[in-house]
Amino acid sequence: MAENKIPLPPNSRSPARRKFLRSLALASGVAGAALLGFVPVLRRLVQRLRPPGAIDEHEFLAACIKCGQCVQVCPVEAIRVADLGDGFGVGAPYIEPREQACDFSCDGLQCVLACPTGALTHHIDYPHQADMAVATLSNPDSCLALRGQGFTGVARGDNFRGKLRYEEIDRWNPIPLREHPYDLEVCDLCVRQCPIQIRIAQCEAGSPPSGDPNQCPPEAAIRLVEVEGADGGRAWKPEILSGCVGCGVCEMVCPAEPGCITMTPLESRRGHA
Amino acid sequence: MRNWLESLAVTLGKEPTKPAPDRFTAAVCEIHKERQTRRAKEETFKIIEDRKEKVAAPQKWRRRRWAVLIAVNLLFVLSFRLDLQFLEGTLSASRFMGFHMADIFSALQVMLASKLVLVNLVIGTATVAFLCLGGGRTFCGWICPYHLLSEWAESLHLMLAKRKIARNLKFDRRARVVIWIVFSVLAFGTGYTVYETISPTGILSRALVYGPGMVLVWVACLLAFEVLFSRRAWCRYACPIGLTYAVVGSAAPLRIVYKIGHCHHDGACREVCLVPHVLDLTKRGRAPDVQVDVGGDCTRCARCLDVCPTGALSLQVKGLGNRD
Repeated sequence: MAENKIPLPPNSRSPARRKFLRSLALASGVAGAALLGFVPVLRRLVQRLRPPGAIDEHEFLAACIKCGQCVQVCPVEAIRVADLGDGFGVGAPYIEPREQACDFSCDGLQCVLACPTGALTHHIDYPHQADMAVATLSNPDSCLALRGQGFTGVARGDNFRGKLRYEEIDRWNPIPLREHPYDLEVCDLCVRQCPIQIRIAQCEAGSPPSGDPNQCPPEAAIRLVEVEGADGGRAWKPEILSGCVGCGVCEMVCPAEPGCITMTPLESRRGHA
Repeated sequence: MRNWLESLAVTLGKEPTKPAPDRFTAAVCEIHKERQTRRAKEETFKIIEDRKEKVAAPQKWRRRRWAVLIAVNLLFVLSFRLDLQFLEGTLSASRFMGFHMADIFSALQVMLASKLVLVNLVIGTATVAFLCLGGGRTFCGWICPYHLLSEWAESLHLMLAKRKIARNLKFDRRARVVIWIVFSVLAFGTGYTVYETISPTGILSRALVYGPGMVLVWVACLLAFEVLFSRRAWCRYACPIGLTYAVVGSAAPLRIVYKIGHCHHDGACREVCLVPHVLDLTKRGRAPDVQVDVGGDCTRCARCLDVCPTGALSLQVKGLGNRD
């Protein structure tokens, strides 16, 4: 550190004064190093998708004690811990949806229950109450449905490590996406795998899990709308609706490279108590 | 009460001084008088000479402590990696078999920054504070992973210092109090848990459980600074977590006890101590009684027990099984 570089005035020869200045430099050095963490936060260099129930970004970073208990309970290991580049957000949890989205396979929002500080608010009980991000069709050109194409095979290739829970296979154990090939006439993976849409379908069929009607999302999150294709044929466009919670499953399952849908994390979140 | 206030003042940065004449008991005065004799001083000299010939001090307490420290941190790691669910979280906040635990200073940062006081966090903090009331700063020596790295860095520092490659710059211990206040004010003022950004305890604990990151570079810088410029600088002069435990646990019944009857004032304990100011009472003519508790800034690392050639220091719980 910079103790020795401080220009010393002539009367600074006394050891006591040198020690005082050195100690001052130590304290300011430590505080200064910590305050460097302000830079990425103030300049918004990183905008993170936070776990479900995260309160508004500023309050979230204040309330999060950086213990990672939310990381530990997530069945699909969607939650990661932020590194140096996040400044004050070092150690705070976030989700990289293209790699591993939150698929709500725990149903009961385990991360929220694990949070000891309320940074993930206990005021939400169901996935549809989360408000993590807004999904946008950011890359429509590569969308298979918009070209009227189907999809056959595994969604993200054989090396993809992301997991998804398929209730019809095993309600409690998510499986790797690569172990679940599809054969679709029209690619509708973003709609088909949307946890909100799956829950709506269950509710409409009269079988919400554990029989709790409060689980049923009041609004749809995503749908395919028929449009006229570029060559005049039939095509479908994914349309994101107001029920979208920003969990990122559509971003993860999209088989196009790069993915067509991306999450824009919210700074102000509905989940705020 | 006076002893406790004095110990607290020393923890907060006051240099230890010789107690006022009226505080010495008659029994200890006799011993002090005897220790001023030529014969006693020659004995001290002989012990110091003996030590130079001995290869290394025993490591009994150090081994025990390292075993505990590694076991606790391993328990955090395995609870997650093997899904043991025994000790979940990290050192900033965790659940031990379901019970909340929260580091006092980390919790304080959160409360100051968020202006929220959550029941779960209060329960966790109170649990740790309760443990601290009993064990004082034991966390530092027996649990904190930075302490272990810093201890290894210290060995390197001592080796380099002997060869005049490294220096040992001393700082004013009040810097630690200033740092504590600065980070508390920053948390309240900015609304961010500023200290958590650089806390080597939190960074290392997370790195162990969730995997390493670039932020470890900061910890490496701290260690390099300690190796080259100032022995154990972070724990001695900076860490607000250690200061919090020292103050909250300033009257803890688990403490090191000094018995002047066995002491030859050779100073072996002060040479290895992380916080030598707490062992000032082992100097000739300083102890106000024949048996004195070592001050609240002590981390109970028990290195002094390992190196003391005459067993003048022991780790005891006040009111429990005090022999002789």
